[in-house]
Amino acid sequence: MSSKAVPGGTHESKHKRETWSTRKVFILAAIGSAVGLGNIWRFPYVAYENGGGAFIIPYLVALLFAGIPLLFLDYAVGHKFRGSAPLAYRRLHRRAEGLGWWQVAICFVIAVYYAVIIAWAGMYMIFSFTEAWGDDPEGFFIGQFLQVSENVNIGFDFVPGVLVPLVLVWALVLFVLAAGVQKGIGRANIIFLPLLLVMFLVLVVQALFLPGAADGLDALFTPNWAALADTGVWAAAFGQIFFSLSVAFGIMVTYASYLKRRTDLTGSGYVVAFSNSGFEILAGIGVFAAVGFMAYSAGAPVNEVAGSGGIGLAFIAFPTIISQAPLGALLGVLFFGSLVFAGLTSLISIVEVIISAVQDKLGLRRVPATMAVGLPMALVSILLFPTTTGLNLLDVTDAFVNNFGIMAAAFVAVLLLTYGFRALPMLGGHVNETSSIKLGRGWRIMVGIVAPVVLGYILINELIARIQEGYNEMPAWFVGVFGWGMAGALIVIAFLLSLIPWSSRSAATHPVLDAADTDPKEASR
Amino acid sequence: MSAAAIIMLIIAILTVWGGLALALVNLQRHPEDDTMMPEEHAPEL
Repeated sequence: MSSKAVPGGTHESKHKRETWSTRKVFILAAIGSAVGLGNIWRFPYVAYENGGGAFIIPYLVALLFAGIPLLFLDYAVGHKFRGSAPLAYRRLHRRAEGLGWWQVAICFVIAVYYAVIIAWAGMYMIFSFTEAWGDDPEGFFIGQFLQVSENVNIGFDFVPGVLVPLVLVWALVLFVLAAGVQKGIGRANIIFLPLLLVMFLVLVVQALFLPGAADGLDALFTPNWAALADTGVWAAAFGQIFFSLSVAFGIMVTYASYLKRRTDLTGSGYVVAFSNSGFEILAGIGVFAAVGFMAYSAGAPVNEVAGSGGIGLAFIAFPTIISQAPLGALLGVLFFGSLVFAGLTSLISIVEVIISAVQDKLGLRRVPATMAVGLPMALVSILLFPTTTGLNLLDVTDAFVNNFGIMAAAFVAVLLLTYGFRALPMLGGHVNETSSIKLGRGWRIMVGIVAPVVLGYILINELIARIQEGYNEMPAWFVGVFGWGMAGALIVIAFLLSLIPWSSRSAATHPVLDAADTDPKEASR
Repeated sequence: MSAAAIIMLIIAILTVWGGLALALVNLQRHPEDDTMMPEEHAPEL
């Protein structure tokens, strides 16, 4: 703790930063953020395709040696410098502000399409009662529900069945965010997260009692030890951990900035990380038990019906399962309800990154900041996605923002923090002041050497694949504009935003609380 | 299910949920400092 008197103490009442009431609320919100759609529909398939039961080994290695160390890095930056991503990075080093805005820009792109998937899941919860898809779930999803246009471009033919729930999703998310950190985000997670867990547990139990469930689990957990010799399998494990934990795109920096000064950061982080992985394992069991039943019903082996996860699993395979299973409507409500709640708590955290950044930069209060960010965002989301052309746009932006947004920003962040600003000893020291599990040289090696090597490897592989193969046979101009162009624009926008001066009312003029080894005058300049 | 699949299922559950249990125990052993409950500003100010 610093005993240094900080100048400008009169600013406190003006810039009082919101806080979580207890660390329990922070942990719940952080779990709510980490547990998202990817846990339910991505993890089971990544595991299945990359060694099955043997995948647990690279998965645990990735969790312990990259995921958790990077999570602590985010916590350290947010907690020490007590700001949204741009402010926290700016306080770390004036030239690092752009990195924060890059993360903010990434969150903007993710939020505008993520909301749409939640809207679909909400509609499918209702469809489950009547099994509205009849005997052709694929035709229903693509044709009747989304009315996907044959042309890959941008259009404004709105689909009311998606537009209306999407407006409701945005209204709910902005309502929660306008209520503030503790009363809005904290309370939403206190309600949604236990609800998600209970619904998902019932779903898993129901799925395990379906005929054929054991065959599904057999397919998921039978180890293929030869896979461990494949670097692609290891890259898949690191990629999964990385996307799943929501590290390196500003969320954990922002959430940690609302923690009180004396908080056990590492102790809390281990609970968050293992809860996230615990939920993934549970999802693997539930999803593959259901897939086993689908194979049983079709009289085919699991590998023929399994598909490839993602949107296809949720909106085509699961409706098939719901139609065939006993108590199918219940299964449907539980599954799509889980997607809705898992998605909402993640979307809230993604939008909060942007609101917090704008609030800090312009010195706005919570409600005006929520409106200034939320309304234009909702408008972009509502204009671009609930249309007959929205699915292709979603597909390409999702793929590119994940790989060339999140992954690239993380790569740059670990390199800059380790070698550019040499900040790891200072950040580790900050964490150690208040945490039960200490960070030492091991942590610095994980963040400074292991993480950049792995991230760089995955990034370069992805870059080569996209350049050589394009994306999903989509037209080159479309991938060029909404894939490459979008990913590049994020960097340019981040740079431009970092040039805008901070408002005199902004939090940047507020001294860094408790940052003993940062000169407050430097930070507020 | 094959024996190998059952063993890997058990290992996966034990390591991940066991890790969660250990993390929760560790957190309980380090209770939150009640004297530092919500504060307007850093305590040293």
